[in-house]
Amino acid sequence: MKKLINAIESFVDEACEGVVAAHPDLVRFHREPRFLARAAAPKGRKVALVSGGGSGHEPLHGGFIGVGMLDAACPGEVFTSPVPDQMDAAARAVQNGGGVLFIVKNYTGDIMNFDLAAELLRGDGIDVRTVITADDVAVQDSTWTAGRRGVGVTVFVEKIAGAVAERGGSADEVEKIAKRTSEAGRSMGMALTSCTVPAKGSPTFELGETEIEIGIGIHGEPGRERTKLISADEIVERLAHPVIEDLGLKRGDSVIAMTNGMGSTPLIELYVAHRHLAKVLAGAGVTIARALVGNYITSLDMDGCSITLLRADDELLRLYDAPVHTPALRWGV
Amino acid sequence: MGRLGTRVTAVDTRRFVERFAELIEQNADTLTELDAAIGDADHGINMRRGVRAVGERLAEEQTTPGAVLKTVATTLISKVGGASGPLYGTAFLRAAAAAGTKESLEDADLVALFAAALEGVRQRGGAQAGDKTMVDAFEPAVEALETALAQGQGRGAALEAAREAAHAGSDATIDLVARKGRASYLGERARGHRDPGSLSTALLFDAAAETLSDNGS
Repeated sequence: MKKLINAIESFVDEACEGVVAAHPDLVRFHREPRFLARAAAPKGRKVALVSGGGSGHEPLHGGFIGVGMLDAACPGEVFTSPVPDQMDAAARAVQNGGGVLFIVKNYTGDIMNFDLAAELLRGDGIDVRTVITADDVAVQDSTWTAGRRGVGVTVFVEKIAGAVAERGGSADEVEKIAKRTSEAGRSMGMALTSCTVPAKGSPTFELGETEIEIGIGIHGEPGRERTKLISADEIVERLAHPVIEDLGLKRGDSVIAMTNGMGSTPLIELYVAHRHLAKVLAGAGVTIARALVGNYITSLDMDGCSITLLRADDELLRLYDAPVHTPALRWGV
Repeated sequence: MGRLGTRVTAVDTRRFVERFAELIEQNADTLTELDAAIGDADHGINMRRGVRAVGERLAEEQTTPGAVLKTVATTLISKVGGASGPLYGTAFLRAAAAAGTKESLEDADLVALFAAALEGVRQRGGAQAGDKTMVDAFEPAVEALETALAQGQGRGAALEAAREAAHAGSDATIDLVARKGRASYLGERARGHRDPGSLSTALLFDAAAETLSDNGS
């Protein structure tokens, strides 16, 4: 395994230190228990947005800390949910009486650890709300599984709920827009290669030279099917159509579209994919109101991409356009 | 009150936990390999980090079985992460509550302790027997322990029965389709693979059988 890794034990901490080295004006690092938080506390009472999850999905979540987005993020070990102590400490550090919103991706471990933290905080009279993202349409039989996984829509929930919190919205308002955003988005991803968890040192799954996995999860969870390599355009269609159908998009609708890289896919390939996504949506009569193309929610060194579509309306677009200043997203400032 | 050797003390409880830690260390790679097949390849890594931290915190000042179990619980909750941290943490927390402040435990206390731990796992994870989780090893083990003691078998024999039931339960997960956790996304493809949590639970009952029997192990 050839990697830019000094030691497995300090891997996540060193990455957190790197985020702060790059953006000392935006982010600070608390080592024990581990969390990243805004370098400067917001002025005035504000709902505190706290997210977190296993590491390996960068820039999610630490890269989205800053004005207009998250107040704190709790990085777990690679692909392992953070522990309750982290969310408890992070929430206490950044809340200032306006309440706390936990943004949690739908994974068994994340849900349980955030739940335990919420119990601890509520025990001390802190108002904690939770929004769970579960947008991965690759999971079809959600009755007999742990449910749809939380993936790309998490970026939009953090951005849009962050905008409402930043302008002084109440805990009720922030929770409501977070849930509405979460429900308005769907995603699907695919892998050209497996990722390798550093502590394990070998690929999580095997894909043959000419095989791809459609519907992959961000930890390498298998998706709907393993198939032979097809063209970029065909791959995009295999991802986009289930998302469009599941959202029930109709002619005249508009969306915020994200073509996201899994970690090892060059941007030039993501643009090739996005080009065809635009064609597919145009063919369906759906307008792309805003687009993001790049690495926003990754899976270590996996090669592949995912597509997220968020059904847009005037309110969501206005909140999406609101100023944001974080390591990974910045506009309007 | 029976002979001192027939009751479970804080020292026995500590030995039980230390043996569990050793077994996790020895089997960490296997647990991770099993998890790589149907999960996210971290079960052995996370459990090993947890039991190492437990080893550092076990100390003489924990003078009751309940105090030892509570130390294990809070350490696992704050060190393991994933799903196994809250699940094992809750199991030990409920076991600690069941043990209360008693200086030592008799057979009935031991049954109540393991039953409370199982109930905690069921509640935290929402899994039932047959979902291909640690419950598939935990539940038959607790049932075997209860049954054997009710039939008048000694504690050693009952814990041996529990260990065998846990391993049989773990073996049975190989043929199951998962309904909880990351393995549930595999559907039919999960069949043919052992659930890693069921194996770590079987190791827990191995440790119990080796350290908590009343015949001077």
